[in-house]
Amino acid sequence: MHRQPALELSPPVSDEVRKTTCYMCACRCGINVHMKGGKVAYIEGNREHPVNRGVLCAKGSAGIMQHLSPARLRAPLKRVGPRGSGEFREITWDEALELAVSWLKPLREKAPEKLAFFTGRDQSQSFTGWWAQAYGTPNWAAHGGFCSVNMAAAGIYTMGGAFWEFGQPDWERTKLFMLFGVAEDHDSNPIKMGIGRLKARGARVIGVNPVRSGYNAVADDWFGITPGTDGLLILSLIHVLMGAGRIDLDYLIRYTNAPFLVQTGEGAEKGLFLRDGTGTPMVLDRRSGEPAPWNAPGVQPDPGAEWQGHETVLRLMGARYLSPEYAPEAVAERCGIPAPRIRALAAELARVAFEEEITIERPWTDFRGQRHERMTGRPVAFHAMRGIAAHSNGFQTCRALHVLQILLGSVEVPGGFRFKPPYPKPPEGHPRPHGSATPGQPLDGPHLGYPLGPEHLLLHDDGSPKRIDKAFTWENPLSAHGMMHMVISNAHAGDPYRIDTLFLYMANMAWNSSMNTSAVMEMLTDQDDSGEYVIPHIIYSDAYSSEMVAYADLVLPDTTYLERHDCISLLDRPICEAEALADSIRWPVVKPERPGHEGVRPFQSVLLDLGHRLGLPGMVADDGGPKFRDYADYIVSHERRPGVGPLAGWRGADGSGKGRGAPNPAQLERYIENGGFFIDHIPEEAQFFKPWNAAYQDWAVERGLYDAPQPYLFNLWVEPLAKFQRAAEGHGRQQPPEHLRERIIETLDPLPIWYPPFEQSRIDPAEYPLHALTQRPMAMYHSWGSQNAWLRQIHGHNPLYVSKQVWLEHGFAEGDWAWLTSPHGRIKLPVARMDALNPRTVWTWNAIGKRRGAWALGEDAPEAEKGFLLNHLIHELLPQSGDGHRWANSDPVTGQAAWFDLRVKIEKAPPGGPSEPAHAPQQSPVGRGPQSVAQKTGG
Amino acid sequence: MTSLPERTDRKLGLVIDLDTCVGCHACVISCKGWNTENYGAPLSDTDAYGAAPEGTFLNRIHSFEVTPPDAPPMVVHFPKSCLHCEDAPCVTVCPTGASYKRAEDGIVLVNESDCIGCGLCAWACPYGAREMDALAGVMKKCTLCVDRIYNDNLPEEDREPACVRTCPAGARHFGDLGDPESAVSQLVTERGGFDLMPEQGTKPVNKYLPPRPRDRLPEPPANLAALCEPSTEGLGGFLGWIDRTLEKL
Repeated sequence: MHRQPALELSPPVSDEVRKTTCYMCACRCGINVHMKGGKVAYIEGNREHPVNRGVLCAKGSAGIMQHLSPARLRAPLKRVGPRGSGEFREITWDEALELAVSWLKPLREKAPEKLAFFTGRDQSQSFTGWWAQAYGTPNWAAHGGFCSVNMAAAGIYTMGGAFWEFGQPDWERTKLFMLFGVAEDHDSNPIKMGIGRLKARGARVIGVNPVRSGYNAVADDWFGITPGTDGLLILSLIHVLMGAGRIDLDYLIRYTNAPFLVQTGEGAEKGLFLRDGTGTPMVLDRRSGEPAPWNAPGVQPDPGAEWQGHETVLRLMGARYLSPEYAPEAVAERCGIPAPRIRALAAELARVAFEEEITIERPWTDFRGQRHERMTGRPVAFHAMRGIAAHSNGFQTCRALHVLQILLGSVEVPGGFRFKPPYPKPPEGHPRPHGSATPGQPLDGPHLGYPLGPEHLLLHDDGSPKRIDKAFTWENPLSAHGMMHMVISNAHAGDPYRIDTLFLYMANMAWNSSMNTSAVMEMLTDQDDSGEYVIPHIIYSDAYSSEMVAYADLVLPDTTYLERHDCISLLDRPICEAEALADSIRWPVVKPERPGHEGVRPFQSVLLDLGHRLGLPGMVADDGGPKFRDYADYIVSHERRPGVGPLAGWRGADGSGKGRGAPNPAQLERYIENGGFFIDHIPEEAQFFKPWNAAYQDWAVERGLYDAPQPYLFNLWVEPLAKFQRAAEGHGRQQPPEHLRERIIETLDPLPIWYPPFEQSRIDPAEYPLHALTQRPMAMYHSWGSQNAWLRQIHGHNPLYVSKQVWLEHGFAEGDWAWLTSPHGRIKLPVARMDALNPRTVWTWNAIGKRRGAWALGEDAPEAEKGFLLNHLIHELLPQSGDGHRWANSDPVTGQAAWFDLRVKIEKAPPGGPSEPAHAPQQSPVGRGPQSVAQKTGG
Repeated sequence: MTSLPERTDRKLGLVIDLDTCVGCHACVISCKGWNTENYGAPLSDTDAYGAAPEGTFLNRIHSFEVTPPDAPPMVVHFPKSCLHCEDAPCVTVCPTGASYKRAEDGIVLVNESDCIGCGLCAWACPYGAREMDALAGVMKKCTLCVDRIYNDNLPEEDREPACVRTCPAGARHFGDLGDPESAVSQLVTERGGFDLMPEQGTKPVNKYLPPRPRDRLPEPPANLAALCEPSTEGLGGFLGWIDRTLEKL
């Protein structure tokens, strides 16, 4: 006999839902935080939010365990043991701030550049940069230089934006989506949602990645490319498409510099555009057969022209890319992809772009005043991030990908790639870098920007770098995000100069965020002859007991993301959609409480307090008191330009202002009422062709994104690169050092090129036959996940995955350990077999390995026993070349860290762990986590 | 031993799309969060920050490699939770009646107050879909979020299992598989949805949709150019193509 009990089917879910923004990774999804009795009970996605529309990833749903993590810091800490030991004394906030002031105030009066302030996964960069500018140090940047600046810079210089925060595929309409080398994030939920939508429509997804996991596992077609050869594959696709006449000539003439005339004769002007008296680039007008300004009324450019020592950009591209060296047959072996598959890929791109053209019946008017009755698009879209960017040929590879999209006519059209406000924004629309420090004074302008020629480099008159990371120098002229990965190494070496205080925020530089991790730990603890630390002072702010905490002299404990105000600002790394402007906030859904301890404070509020104590301009009120009560006050009251502040929504006294308007004291309340975000849809006629669409340009000015319309053409040819080449040939006033001339001429090519990654040209590829990669799992973000009781059960340790070929060659068996050796070092690790892998590539998950004692984990935690970092094998400098120079292991254009150039060899190791190097435990400033967890907030 | 209902009015269950699941574990953690805070004892974790953390999960992802004879190896992500079988052996084996199948919708549940933690049901389940909670000493399993799907305190659109609501790729679908007209039944028909291990005779309600065939990009014609435009071999050919194309613009 069947029996069943009565069941309560409508139990209460929560007392209240508080809507804020997730910070479990950089995706910035909207979350509903369910509260019970004033405590966090459950977190789910916010259905109204533009980023995630209700869904939430594993990390986001595990946010409650991050909020309750035993690794949370509890009080400001002053170091009492040797650096690196983890021995601290808890101090009061007053003591902590006065200690910081005692270091920073005299420094500002004497040599502000001796403060190096670098922030990691900072989502308040427009604020931290503003603070550093007021302090006056040129040495500020966030983590972009070791992340994906190649993609961002290549995108800005080519077309005024790149992927992720800059733009997205037209998920509703694209019919072919091609994903290059993307780890399983950047951005996380929108890509999964997009792939799901494409699959529901039967659209094709193509993955190009040495590893077939994650998104590549669901791709309809997988190209298991050899790392570092993506650029070569893309240029081969361009070869086939140009050779088949499958490029969008009409689009290229209207919207790009394809028809511009370029000087081809040797000399100072080579590679520069032919310009008229006003400096306007010229094309050959088919009506007259004479040059005319590209924007002259009625001009009919000839994109194939040559004229008196000048050739068009498109003609130069034809001459280069139609060469047999880019034929599929010529690149197949290096790319690890058979030539027929490359041709098949090109044919599919061509077929979808040109035979499945889509049209929206929506009139629009371009910047020339020409009205178009409809919007026509080529439904092919691409996405890529760090996989192709984190190589020493990454800038040019990213350029190649952007150029491929443009040749297909698929950028800013229905079905293609679409910009998200405030992008598109060409390089001219961004600031230039600034780095001139004056004692006691603010910096001469914003730190980061986009140089347009050698005149914008940050060099002293004697040619020495102004910045500690050597950003914007001849070694890496377009280092638009700075080069955080060089800071500690350069500061330790006193090259280009010594610093006094290293101030880091949310960057685990003593562990997974540095190359050459073991050596970096030594640099941080190294002492000079007098027994003083070579880097005299280190201040660190983090919410958790990460490995870096132990290396600080002073720790400023931050709150968790549920305890703080933040703004996801248009001035910063925006979260807009292709059809809408959007920004959002975090707000304290719970108060930061650390019973029995001094307590924690939001870092940005602490920085404002410090700014007031230091008397920094903009942070002191007329009466001498603090200008801003806290960061929330700054978010609401600060104006970057009159009427334009951190948040775009509900501006003006009556809250009706969108983008522009006076500060509104009730602004944050309005955000909270609206679920934590603001969204403002772009008018329909302005939603595509944004760089050239008059309606979009006008709307962008209204919203304060620009101060005047700024239509522009895409740069197939990037003229500023040619200016650096000419300088390297000896033309002009600013001259590079001799040893860099040849490399600048070779690598700063104004058209995309491919060259082998630097490291492999310095080593014997026969000795180091394998490529080694990392990628970030979908369920973990950087180092943060291991303190999370739920997430660490998914990724508690990380094997090195090796292909079937390598597995059999070495006779590996399940449970085996191996030595992995690079030209720089040797580590011991567990191996696992994976067949869906490029046969000459090994890989592992990033940042799972932990140092003993960190993150409130037990010292025998699998993260330390079996987890490991590849970082130990990667040097921030290239192997010695015998020329006496420190050659950075970076892209020569942007300085991006070349993580994925790593070459290794593998050997069987004696069985059993632990992973090596096995560093001594750090003392935990927060103790250990509890034995068991049974988290239930409600009764 | 415990009886199954003779029939159920509906057959609520999940349809999981193996073509779309990227293996992100969003469903795993969303499930953990909801079911820790809600139905019955919290899903505990022992040695949570130590050497061998082990917790209770009602839904886990397994990943498999498959190498077809004529194509590159594939990776398939396979989420697995209770399949709410029509002939649920976990129910009939239960000595106390704690395990039961609901007559109105077919959901298989454990009444924790009657569960003695004997573990027979986990032994009987061919799918390994039940987990004993180490701290509470009771058997835990997927409830199909029975405390969400009828919950008047939730907005109507949220009355679905937490794993379905959160799945970023849209790979999880919830509905009545007893109704051939339901969206989930239609999906199963269209996509060739299948039972997991049908030979076990448990008649699982949950269905899986197979991955679409992979790596079938068509071979191109020998000369791609022949497909579209006259060949543009070399720069000369390319310039000729530009001229011809300009005339058509």
